[in-house]
Amino acid sequence: MGQKTTRPLSPHLQVYRWSPQMAISIFHRATGFVLATAGMLTLLWWLSAIGGGAESYAVFQKYVVGAGEGATSVELGINWFFRLLALAVIFSFFQHLFSGLRHLVLDMGAGYELKTNRTWAIAAFGASIFATALVALVVASRVIGV
Amino acid sequence: MGSGTNIGKVRGLGSAKHGGTHWINQRTTAVGNLLLTTWLVASLLLLPNFDQATLALWLAKPLVAVPMILMLVSIFWHVRLGLQVLIEDYVHDDALKFGAMTLLNFYVVGGAVFGIFTVAKLAFTGAPA
Repeated sequence: MGQKTTRPLSPHLQVYRWSPQMAISIFHRATGFVLATAGMLTLLWWLSAIGGGAESYAVFQKYVVGAGEGATSVELGINWFFRLLALAVIFSFFQHLFSGLRHLVLDMGAGYELKTNRTWAIAAFGASIFATALVALVVASRVIGV
Repeated sequence: MGSGTNIGKVRGLGSAKHGGTHWINQRTTAVGNLLLTTWLVASLLLLPNFDQATLALWLAKPLVAVPMILMLVSIFWHVRLGLQVLIEDYVHDDALKFGAMTLLNFYVVGGAVFGIFTVAKLAFTGAPA
């Protein structure tokens, strides 16, 4: 991009109406970024907390799972920050998983017909929202005890 | 090969000859991630509880430590390939792009080695008291 071009450029995002196919493409990227950063750092923290012993794991549990009785407001704040982050990571996991599966099918040359393509884009969104809600409900009732 | 416009400079040179490898590795690691994260979720759900002692004994088993290490390699490799595309698409300044790619390489190698070492230490020396 060294030199300035004065030639006309093709129209970009701003002139198109949003469609599920466009949304799933950018969501694949965004969720991939969330998983690559927040997701992997949390996984590494979890692994090192297991390896670090009971006290080390208690710190991970306090902040990520639940601060418990007698927690200060700062601890509760950090706890809720990580809970929301965990929700974002879980949604990203399922979204990236389902749209990734869609990509593997597209890579084989299938699913490019307009209606089929649109249907599977919507289905991938639906599946990831459903799976995230399911996990959130189970975690909220069994682990956190809300 | 001309010396004028950007397109003129590269016209006739063909591809960089590395795109195919990147593409196929991204898919291979995607399938690896699919299999190994499915294993992780299934294996975790089979545990009686998620106490540190239970998790440490679980993680130290060869048939848990090995797929965990494979998962770390597969995911961090996938992260390297995926974020590379993000950087190439959005960072246009040569110096910034070089810096971002360097940081990415440090992140994925550092993260993978940290994770693998943690699992290996637990598997080889046992859970700490």
